[in-house]
Amino acid sequence: MRKVFGPLAALTGLMFVASPFIVARAPFESSMGIVSKIFYFHVPSWFAMFTAIAICGGASLIHLFRNNPRADRIAEAAGEIAVVFGLMGLVTGPLWGRKAWGVWWIWDAKLTIALLLEMTFISGIMVRKYGGPGSDKLAAAVGIFGLAVTPFVYEAVNIWRTIHPLTSVVPTLPQRMAVPFWFCVTAYMLLLVVLLMLRVNLGKRQAALDELYLAYED
Amino acid sequence: MSLRRLLIALTSFVLLSGPAFALQPPKGQSEFVPVDTVPLADQLPAAPLLITAYAFVWAATLVYVWSIWRRMNKVEADMRTLAQKIPHR
Repeated sequence: MRKVFGPLAALTGLMFVASPFIVARAPFESSMGIVSKIFYFHVPSWFAMFTAIAICGGASLIHLFRNNPRADRIAEAAGEIAVVFGLMGLVTGPLWGRKAWGVWWIWDAKLTIALLLEMTFISGIMVRKYGGPGSDKLAAAVGIFGLAVTPFVYEAVNIWRTIHPLTSVVPTLPQRMAVPFWFCVTAYMLLLVVLLMLRVNLGKRQAALDELYLAYED
Repeated sequence: MSLRRLLIALTSFVLLSGPAFALQPPKGQSEFVPVDTVPLADQLPAAPLLITAYAFVWAATLVYVWSIWRRMNKVEADMRTLAQKIPHR
């Protein structure tokens, strides 16, 4: 695992450095101009968040029903990373909206449910921090609940009347826009893997420390 | 004499009412004229928003990596302290 980490982190860093140059070469969207390029950072951050949520939800299910500490560590790490990517999406979105819609924020179904999803995973972190004994199980339940809500966040534009661009935008991207977009998605997914490896390792060391404390008390 | 007074009164009225007429608000807009482009001065600059978005992604990543590094250092320091207290480990 350690052998893979270095090259993976270096590749991720290089892709993030290269991404603005690749995005700069992409054509502008006809009605939005320059600001449309926030799309290349905004949408991949949500893709990464949804992936982190899927990992967190899956690991939470394993931990809840099989009481697996390794799965719990993965769920904890993925839940925390989901909050980081969600924050990126919630900040880059209003920066785009200010120009495209004329306002920073609208209490539209898509935006509101995305904010609630972010708050769900923040609550998961708080449950772990302040919940006391058994908080890992409660946090696992929160992770599963977050996983169940995620499809509604993605499909909100198709279910409710909203001014947010539709899910049909990505599949219909012309090649000159699709190539930089999927390049950025790959960079974000690699970042997710790198952060997950770092955070799971931290969890492992914290578990070792807890064992050491127990040995010391005995 | 009365003609002179009348002339003074008329001249005074014209001179005093001139600025009052000049300071009247402009006529209300009677029709809207459509244009295809917003005047340049009214356009919100987009580049700073784009740069802020990219910078925020970097900042959030670096802050998160720093927080992991800090927590890891604390865990390692606690482990070293405990290991010294437990001789057989």
